[in-house]
This record gives sequence, C-alpha cells and structure tokens, in this order.
Amino acid sequence: MSHSPAIKVDRLNKRFGDFVAVDDVSFEVPRGRIVGFLGPNGAGKSTTIRMLCGILPPTSGSATVRGVDVVKNPEGVKQQLGYMSQKFSLYEDLTVVQNINFYAGVYRLEREMLVARREWVIELAGLSGKEHMLAGNLSVGVRQRLALGCALIHQPPILLLDEPTSGVDPTSRRSFWDLIHSVAQEGHTVLVTTHYMDEAEYCDSLVLINRGRIVAEGTPEELKGSSARGKIVEIRCRRSWEAADLLENRPGVKDVALFGAGLHVVVDNGGPGEEEIRRMLEGFDVTRIASVKASLEDVFVALTRGEDG
Amino acid sequence: MSEAVDLRGLTKDFGDLRAVDGLDLRVHRGEMFALVGPDGAGKTTCMRLICGAMLPTDGEAFVEGVGVTEDPERVKRMVGYMSQRFSLYGELSVAENLRFFSDLRGVKSKERLQRAGELLSMTRLQEFTARRAEQLSGGMKQKLALACTLIHVPRVLLLDEPTTGVDPVSRREFWRILHNLKKNDVTILVSTPYMDEAERCDRVGFVHHGKLIDVGTPDELLDGLAGGVLRVYTPRAFAAQKVLGGIAGVESVQMFGDRLHLLCGDPGTVRTAAVSALENAGHGDFKIETAAPTLEDVFVSLTSHQG
Repeated sequence: MSHSPAIKVDRLNKRFGDFVAVDDVSFEVPRGRIVGFLGPNGAGKSTTIRMLCGILPPTSGSATVRGVDVVKNPEGVKQQLGYMSQKFSLYEDLTVVQNINFYAGVYRLEREMLVARREWVIELAGLSGKEHMLAGNLSVGVRQRLALGCALIHQPPILLLDEPTSGVDPTSRRSFWDLIHSVAQEGHTVLVTTHYMDEAEYCDSLVLINRGRIVAEGTPEELKGSSARGKIVEIRCRRSWEAADLLENRPGVKDVALFGAGLHVVVDNGGPGEEEIRRMLEGFDVTRIASVKASLEDVFVALTRGEDG
Repeated sequence: MSEAVDLRGLTKDFGDLRAVDGLDLRVHRGEMFALVGPDGAGKTTCMRLICGAMLPTDGEAFVEGVGVTEDPERVKRMVGYMSQRFSLYGELSVAENLRFFSDLRGVKSKERLQRAGELLSMTRLQEFTARRAEQLSGGMKQKLALACTLIHVPRVLLLDEPTTGVDPVSRREFWRILHNLKKNDVTILVSTPYMDEAERCDRVGFVHHGKLIDVGTPDELLDGLAGGVLRVYTPRAFAAQKVLGGIAGVESVQMFGDRLHLLCGDPGTVRTAAVSALENAGHGDFKIETAAPTLEDVFVSLTSHQG
C-alpha cells in the first residue's frame, strides 16, 4: 500500500437529475505532490472534491483516498483528509482558540494531543499573543493561515484546498503558497483548485476539467508545450484594446486576448506573420511583437472555450 | 471641467480604526483607474464613501463636481456601484433582477425595456433571461450584477473586485465588456487582486493603511520600482529559497515550480552574492538571469516597505 497513490479517482460520475456534473473522471494524485485542479466555474471541481471528502455519494465509479474507499468508508476517508475553502472555514464570531478547539472536537482529538496541536496551529498562523481575538477581526491573510492550520489539526496525510486564495492580495497569496510548499515538504499531499494561473505554475502537476470531463493533464511545462492550436504572438502597443478589436475577425486570426497590458494573438498556421501584424497596427506604436510560448492562461482558455458563462 | 471623482482628505473612522486616512485622489473623466492594495487597506470603504453608502468622518468625495455629503441623491444617480458580495436576488430570474434594479433606480418603463435589451446583449445573457440568478455560473452572475449596476446609465462606475472567484475565460470576457463601456466615456474605478488586470488600466493607485501611497500609469510605476528582479532556475528550488532569502538586499523570494523569483534592491550585487551562497550550500546545477519586473513586484515592494 505504501506506493499506492494518495488519491485515485476511477471513472467517477455524478448526476443531479439530468445534469451530468462529473462525467467519467479518472485521475491520480501521487503521494507528497502538489496537484492543481483547474477548470471554469461550474466545471465539476467542487463536486469532485465533495465526493473525495465522502460527503457526496457518486452516481457511479469509485474513488479511494490512501486506499480507503469513499463510498464504502466515508468516515474513514475523513481521517485522511484536511479540507479548506475560501468560502467557509472559520467561525468569525469565535476566537482563534475557540475555532481550533471546534476543529479538534470535530476530529475527536485526544485532550493531550489537543494542547500540542493547538500550539502548532497558533505558531503556523503566527498568532501567538492573539489567541483570544475574534477570527472575524483577523486580516484575510492571517485568517487563511489559521484556516489551513485548522484543516491540518488532525495531521491528515492529504490536504484538499478549494480556491483557498480567492480574493486574497498578491503578497498574502505568496506567503500562503510558501506555507503550502512547506506543508508538502513535510510529506503532505495537496490537491488545490484555483483561478489564478500564476498559482497553477506552483503545482507539480495539473488536471484540467471542463464540463465535467478531464480535458488535459500534465506538468505546467507539458501543458504549455502541448498547445498545438496555433502560434501565439505577443504584442505591446498603445491603445491595446482598440488594437484587439482591429485584429479580431481578420483572416488567420483565431483569437485575440488582453494579456496584462499587452495582447496575445492566436494565429493559424499560414495566418498573418509578425511583419504583417505590425503593418495592420500602424499608428498603435508597437513596441514589442514576438512569438511566445503559450502561457497557462492561453492553454486554459484554448481548452475551455465555448462556455456559456 | 471637474474631475469624474475627486477625493479630498477623505477620512473614515470605525471606532478606533481609521479605515481611510486623509485620502486625496483624482480620477479623470473616461479614465479606467485601478485601486490595488492589501486586504483591509481601505479600498472597499473608499468606494462605499464615493457612492454615498456611508458618510466620511472628515474630508469630502466629489463626483463630477458634486459633493457626496452635500447632495448624496444626485451623486447616487451618477454612480453605479457593484459590491464585492453577490448583490443579486438568487430566487429572481435574470429579467426580474434587471426589472427590480430599474425600479429601484427610478428608470422609466419605456427606457427600461430598451436599456435592459442593450445590457442583455452586451453581456450575452439574452438566452438566459428566465433563469434564476442563483443558477447562473460565477462568470454569468458577475455579468448580471454589472448589467444591474448599469441600468440607470451611470457616468461613474465603481467595481469592487468584480472578477474575484471568476475563471480566466469569464474574466477576459468581463474585461472586454468594460473596455466597450470605456468607449462610451464611462469612468471606471475598479479594485482588483489581479495585477494583470491592474496593468491594463490607464492608471493605478496603491492604497495601504487607508492612504494612497503611489499612483501612476503602469509604466510609471514599473519605472519607479527601486531595484530589479532575478530569476533563478534550480532543481532544488525549495532548499534554494531558504539560502537566497538570507542574502542582504533580497526583498522577497517566490517559488514558481522549478524557478525562483527574487526581488532585490541591487540585482548586480545580489547576483554575485547569490552565486556564492548557492555554491556554498552545495547547489551546483543552477542558472541566474535578470527578468523584467511586473506590477506584482511593485505591489510586493511597496507593501513590504510600508510594513
């Protein structure tokens, strides 16, 4: 069992009435790795995670967490997992210590264990001396660290993080990811969903889901290398948005997207070359035009286009 | 001509906490202005003061020359405010939400139909008018909230983190819609945790501890960054992170898979120090190159200097 994957999902399905939320999904998460689970809103990420937690029974298929079957033994699964989401993790009207005690109670920690683990969580969150503050009065970044600590109170081998940094500022996001890396370094396996493509870069490997189906898998480098959809030309110029309007619908141009302050233009093989694009954008003061490797955002957009939302 | 938004010494206290602290800021008409800053910096409070949802403790916010405390009703007619939290009625349909907001804003029924039609087509929600708001995807909810915010044709749009929790495809679409609004000379003040979004605004203001600590075009802010960025490639990134973090002059070290991103005061000196520190720690197989800083580096630098 020691070399079995931390998580193994095998032909998992979930239907709500006529709606197929998760459609024949299979993937594995190796032990000790950080795996990013990406996809548009409503693609089936949270539904999959809820099945992995043993709180939502699948319609068919199976999933095991460290060899424990989520359908046959949902209670056993819960001991293997720590779960945290941005939406809800802490009681804002409870203090730091009360929140930790609450989680310790949920996971039935022994009293002797509780004291040591409580200290550990407080240190992880950097909350020494602030144990009696209300969770609602903590800054968002500190709250995230406390929520992560609470998710780890029972020392689960696997951590499921559902959009843990949604709406968190860049500095706090960075320090939160440092924390995820050190948790992984200690041997925890991490499955994390995010809409930040820069965070997806921090993962060892990625699983991309769209409309309930897996559409791509691999390391960030593999996914960026596999985008055989056309050539991507990066442009920096003035009034980039007007330039985007102008380039859109030109023959050979598959897609134009704002990318930071510049543009990413996806060009067909045989579509306009860099010089031709430069001529089209006369008067826009083009300062840079070059073929670039696809970014993860380009890959994400290419693989999930055609959503209704 | 008066500015679209003009904040003069704007201050707001909540008990002992000074959320907004003597803020001065001018947003020009037709401009797209990004407000960025750490969580709790005062961005949301600032927007709520501009739209008249609360009164300042001191100072004044002017919208197209009209003071919010003097004539809040006039200001409310000129402003559209989209709050961070889901502001729609989940059990009402798309069409019913639009109807509700037009009644709330006193839009006449003749105008309402035309305006609702335009907004539905702009947000590509025409096919979903009968769907309940709670059953829309995250991206569609945000588009509907935007449509409801625009129903009374506001001249100034205040958007508080409109794309948080929204996937990259929907985020791109949302920004294309904003771009089209800008063509109609709508002034847009938007807060965002995404630095790539801030980068495509005309100007960016950094708010920290309730104060505006820097403002400029994205290029001006990048030029103003004291120092530079080094990129270090190494197979043992995690171990190298600790080594590099201890070098004098390194402001932050961030790990991206197999590479590290170093923000430092003097990249030349730090580079030399990094090479010997890594070699001493037994890292043989590494590569260091200089990289162009991004707005995120500016953000990290400004917020770490200010504590």
